[in-house]
Amino acid sequence: MGASLVKLVGKRIGLSIILLLAVSVLIFVGTQILPGDVAQSILGQSATPEAVANLRAQLGLNDPAYVRYFRWLFGLLTGDLGNALSSGLPIGPAISERLANTLFLAFWAAAVSVPLAILLGLIAVRHRNGFVDKLISASTLAAVSLPEFFIGYLLIYFVAVKLGWFTSVSTVYDGMPFLSRMSAIALPATTLTLVVLAQMMRMTRAAILNVMQSAYVETAELKGLSRSEIIWRHAFPNAVAPIINVVMLNLAYLVVGVVVIEVIFVYPGMGQYLVDHVAKRDVPVVQDCGLIFAAVYIGLNMLADIFSILSNPRLRHPK
Amino acid sequence: MARQAKNAPDRGSDTLLDIRNLRIEATAYPPGEAPRNLVIVDDVSVKLERGKVLGLIGESGAGKSTIGLSSMGYGRGGVRITGGEVFLNGRDILKGGERGLRKLRGREVCYVAQSAAAAFNPAHRLMRQVVEASLKHGVSSRAEAEKRAIALFREVSLPDPEHIGERYPHQVSGGQLQRVMTAMALCSKPDLIVFDEPTTALDVTTQIDVLAAIKKAIRDTGVAALYITHDLAVVAQVADDIMVLRHGKKVEKGDTHQIIKEPRQEYTNALVSVHSIPHEEQKPAADPILSVKNVTAAYGGGDVKVLKDVSVDIYPGQTLAVVGESGSGKSTLARAITGLLPPMAGSVEFSGRTLPPRLANRTRNDLRELQMIYQMADVAMNPRQTVGTIIGRPIEFYFGKRGRDRDRMVAELLDKIEMGTGFADRYPAELSGGQKQRVCIARALAAKPSLIICDEVTSALDPLVANGILKLLLNLQKEENVAYLFITHDLATVKSIADSIAVMYRGSVVRYGSKSEVLQPPFDAYTDLLLSSVPEMELGWLEKAMAGRRMEAAGN
Repeated sequence: MGASLVKLVGKRIGLSIILLLAVSVLIFVGTQILPGDVAQSILGQSATPEAVANLRAQLGLNDPAYVRYFRWLFGLLTGDLGNALSSGLPIGPAISERLANTLFLAFWAAAVSVPLAILLGLIAVRHRNGFVDKLISASTLAAVSLPEFFIGYLLIYFVAVKLGWFTSVSTVYDGMPFLSRMSAIALPATTLTLVVLAQMMRMTRAAILNVMQSAYVETAELKGLSRSEIIWRHAFPNAVAPIINVVMLNLAYLVVGVVVIEVIFVYPGMGQYLVDHVAKRDVPVVQDCGLIFAAVYIGLNMLADIFSILSNPRLRHPK
Repeated sequence: MARQAKNAPDRGSDTLLDIRNLRIEATAYPPGEAPRNLVIVDDVSVKLERGKVLGLIGESGAGKSTIGLSSMGYGRGGVRITGGEVFLNGRDILKGGERGLRKLRGREVCYVAQSAAAAFNPAHRLMRQVVEASLKHGVSSRAEAEKRAIALFREVSLPDPEHIGERYPHQVSGGQLQRVMTAMALCSKPDLIVFDEPTTALDVTTQIDVLAAIKKAIRDTGVAALYITHDLAVVAQVADDIMVLRHGKKVEKGDTHQIIKEPRQEYTNALVSVHSIPHEEQKPAADPILSVKNVTAAYGGGDVKVLKDVSVDIYPGQTLAVVGESGSGKSTLARAITGLLPPMAGSVEFSGRTLPPRLANRTRNDLRELQMIYQMADVAMNPRQTVGTIIGRPIEFYFGKRGRDRDRMVAELLDKIEMGTGFADRYPAELSGGQKQRVCIARALAAKPSLIICDEVTSALDPLVANGILKLLLNLQKEENVAYLFITHDLATVKSIADSIAVMYRGSVVRYGSKSEVLQPPFDAYTDLLLSSVPEMELGWLEKAMAGRRMEAAGN
């Protein structure tokens, strides 16, 4: 590994941190601009002005905005996410439980969908423009064209209600045995898989087909290699960078874009938690959730860039 | 069993390859028209004995690569073998199906491509790619194959043969990669190697090394070869026999001596005598039209110096040829003169006054006086504009002529470049390579410049077409009294057109003067290398040239 590579990766990480700080400012400013007074909404319409003023002072709402921003940011860095306004309880433990659930679901959806998408993409290239290719394209496109709630309800109707294989309500709780947990997330994970499959599959197919035009693929062909060997050994390693990017985008979606799925399957994840507290105007919770989502998104995109850099032999092995 | 026996290679007979009445077709899809059927190769027969080298020669579009690849049953870009038979080792390989072809590719026939840099997979180490075919076909174990590969690396005189296989393609120079590719083709002990323009993309000084390495490897291993090239002088060094092709048909075939010394066909004769354009050297005038004074230029904010203290003069109506291999700073000199790359030090004077270093600070008249013609004519023109628009643009821009005036001047220019007025409505895509370059010349002339910078303008063209362009440029120079700064790596071109010559090496001018002085011995080491590396149409030239060398090529 060259020093230039370390520098490149270091730069990318530094950029991500700056970007995350910028997003934290945006989130903070955004929630401040929202109409309504937090103290007022906690105490209700009938509260006396004195009571509201007391609460404002108690919550530190009279401090200048930048003081409150840095107090929030410092709290986050030291692991103190503040207290929820609606319940008065600390946000940290609640959010970590929800986040763990969301990551659990996202992990298993990714564990199925990513290898499946890449495998389908490779098969599609192998049988390019043939029946198998068209079948794969048509079915994955059909799956992504249906709204995700519709896929969810279809699965609930056929698999849960008619066949009775899984429950339609994906309740999970602390200390739940692993197998029942897996059984509980089977339907939402399947739905998510169907939603993200097409894009990754098509990018894999397109990226490899693009590389298949290269002169070195012709060289491989003229060595007498079979089509599968050519795709796997000579085309795929050179198509990795664009595939990684799309995979990471979809992984990010699996974490931050699952609100609808969580609601349909009544799954206690981050999305539902966020939606609940938006309805309650619970600003600290909304801020924390927003920042966590942003961190996941930025982090995964950063990983995608770093993997792309590492997949380039010119950077890995400089002259 | 019987069928398998029929498809098995039989190495008993003397004839290795016997292509009979080959016909190859392709379908073209011109935009907006019905698909058309093209005949690429028409009734060509090729016979090659074991251990012999046959040169296939012709201009682009002659079908030479297509014929070469047909020996592996391979059609590039959707071409179809529609007629004839290809007998290799005693059986018709076209009847063996895809599976049969895969068995012989990389085993009985191997391929060496024009651009090794593109033909190696950038993601894998060289050794892995070199031994791949041997392992695939079970020729030998990995250890044996790697041992053989190292021996072959030594055979083609690669530096550090023990370890060069551990490198990635981008870590090795172009000339070296071409030799690694030759070693790769030899590694699985094939009966036949197809060399497809293996030295065309290389510098002239590197080409001779690679050519010598290929020749030695062919001789030492006793492999047969089809050597495809457009350069007759190159193929004369390695081939036993030569077949001349044109438009997919055979022109003539004979042994190398007969083809280059006693060609029977007029076309072959034209190919043999292509380089000789008589050009009387002009004496320098009193005042130069353009004077480059001690110019130093660099890329990356001064980090990489590509021009070091360069001074040259160009006289009105004359040609200064700038020669050197790739990376010597020839094109950078052009960029510094035109102001695209402002020099760090030094100045450019034009008819007595100093030009502003930056393009942006030059007046419209300064811009008009200096025009450029590029190597790649097709990317130097907007594909959505007609020839009339392309040539008419400078006329509008510099002289404000419009309508009928403009059209009349466009017609005159088309006449000057020996193309009819009918071309004004055509698009660049409808023109041949030579015609495109002519349009670019007309566009440069339209500005009525005093100096045209020609950057490798004939390098991408076939020899006969290039010759036509050179003659045109010389005629135009007489008519218009325009000066040329002619950048090239081809010394034959230089001899044909230059009045004075600057030889560049690693950013410096190492030899400069009138043509007769520069080409007159004694030479400095680099000029000697450059001159002695230009292939001559003589049997045994290669050995003589290699024996007489005083310095190593930079690409080594």
